[in-house]
Amino acid sequence: MQDKIHSSYKQLEQKSKYTNMFLRWFLYFVLVVFALYFIFPLYVMVVTSLKTMEEIRQGTLLTWPSGLNFDSWLVAWGGRGYGAGDTFLKPYFWNSIKMVVPAVFFSTFIGAMAGYVLTKWRFKGDKWVFLFLLFGCFIPYQAILLPMARTLGVLGISNSVIGLVLVHTVYGIPFTTLFFRNFYVSIPSELVKAARIDGAGFFKIFFKILLPVSTPIIVVTIIWQFTQIWNDFLFGSTFSFGEAAPIQVALNNMVLSSTSVKEYNVDMASAIIAGIPTLIVYVLAGKYFIRGLTSGAVKG
Amino acid sequence: MLKWLEKNLPKIVMAPAVGLIGWFVYGFVLWTLYISFTNSKILPKYELWGVGQYVKLWGSRKWLIAVDNLLIFTALFLIFCVVIGIILAIFLDQKIRAEGVLRTIYLYPMALSFIVTGTAWKWILNPTLGIQKMFIDWGFENFTFDWLVNREMAIYTIVIAGVWQSAGFVMALFLAGLRSVEDEIVKAAKIDGANLFTVYWKILLPMMRPVFFTSFVILVHISIKSYDLIVALTQGGPGISTTMPALYMTQTAFHKSQVGLSAASAMMMFMAVAAVIIPYLYSELRRENAR
Repeated sequence: MQDKIHSSYKQLEQKSKYTNMFLRWFLYFVLVVFALYFIFPLYVMVVTSLKTMEEIRQGTLLTWPSGLNFDSWLVAWGGRGYGAGDTFLKPYFWNSIKMVVPAVFFSTFIGAMAGYVLTKWRFKGDKWVFLFLLFGCFIPYQAILLPMARTLGVLGISNSVIGLVLVHTVYGIPFTTLFFRNFYVSIPSELVKAARIDGAGFFKIFFKILLPVSTPIIVVTIIWQFTQIWNDFLFGSTFSFGEAAPIQVALNNMVLSSTSVKEYNVDMASAIIAGIPTLIVYVLAGKYFIRGLTSGAVKG
Repeated sequence: MLKWLEKNLPKIVMAPAVGLIGWFVYGFVLWTLYISFTNSKILPKYELWGVGQYVKLWGSRKWLIAVDNLLIFTALFLIFCVVIGIILAIFLDQKIRAEGVLRTIYLYPMALSFIVTGTAWKWILNPTLGIQKMFIDWGFENFTFDWLVNREMAIYTIVIAGVWQSAGFVMALFLAGLRSVEDEIVKAAKIDGANLFTVYWKILLPMMRPVFFTSFVILVHISIKSYDLIVALTQGGPGISTTMPALYMTQTAFHKSQVGLSAASAMMMFMAVAAVIIPYLYSELRRENAR
């Protein structure tokens, strides 16, 4: 039966060779046109950041820059060297790093533990506990902004990197739990049962049996959390302005600041600097990035 | 004591997650709900005031504009993302050369923040030096493209940037869905005389119903929450013409110090999301239980 299908399929393929050729040209044409649409803004950002303002005024969006001129990048990163009103990204870039590293670590750790318990140490009502946590993936954060602002104030950590670490850790937990739970569900529980009979404890089982096979899901979780937290603007702009602001907030302030002359080249260099860490992660680990997206991209 | 600890260790380890979510998600939402029934201005007041804030909210012109914009944005965002996503997924599924490269290109905007996206598109769409100038310099002297500063059209610039950011994601979802379909089904249909178009339209796309559902939920969710993109692209302007609920909420809370009113708007957003998410969660759970 299989062979019959294959051979008649081959005949069919021969017959429609010419229609196929036309169709393939059309296919590639459409795919390339869309590729250009997606590439266009990145291209414009890069070439604009390499031009002088004079070149920008004379040319168009697509004009190739006259040379590799990284001046705007230096201004975007380190400023022009005069005191007040000189905003640049360097300090805020470090704020973001100081915020992302602990927040990713804590939320991943808590999520791994929760996923482990929910699948391998099941208790009565654990499904409801999972649902209880899962709902946290979906809430619009506007519904928690006001009490959060007050809580951070009471704790004395509003407008600080520590406050943002707390916020991102807490609201990351539903996602990290979801990732680890779905991953550990697929690992046979027989291994865990056998280890329990041999007298291995809760932590020993985690570190000896589950952790060694968890690398892919840890990578997915770290990438997901890193991208979400690095790219966050709502929490950053609400809970932290001034000096403790993360990079996305600083970028927005820089672009909106109404100085006398708008320097689009510096704006574009700033936008690239703010986007480069997540872009690098995407290019290097695209497979894991997409896996995270398809299983957890409910967060806006 | 030790024995008790050992027995309950899993629950103790679970406790931080449950406690944090219980407090910071459920507790906070309830607090916001309560405050929406009070007459809180700069500081929260705790005497109940009834539904006054909701009456005020639905009588506010700005809120109505925000809801209107949300509906326009959601509809267009959904249609364009899904159509472009499906076209790209189907075309990429035809044993294309350089598929990996193309896929990478279609999806990279998902790695960027909405602030970066907004900044880039703001520059591209600005009437003085952006696309408009490009076409004029190419010889189309009467070409105008001023949507960004045009009250009527500014909302569509947000659609353009939003679709650019998210269409690749829909493509990824559908490509994964199409790849999970057995090859034999397609081959059998072709032998029966179905052409490629019929195969997709009659057989494969109807099989993709769960993917449609997932994309719908995720895209609607993104659009109800959209905030960053508007801040970066238009700040809600020109005037208040591109205000959306999320922007309305933060502006009312933190610039106008109308805490009660902004809590009411936040609860409206919460309900909108719940209306989409709860059926989704329900169906997902049913599918999992059926397995």
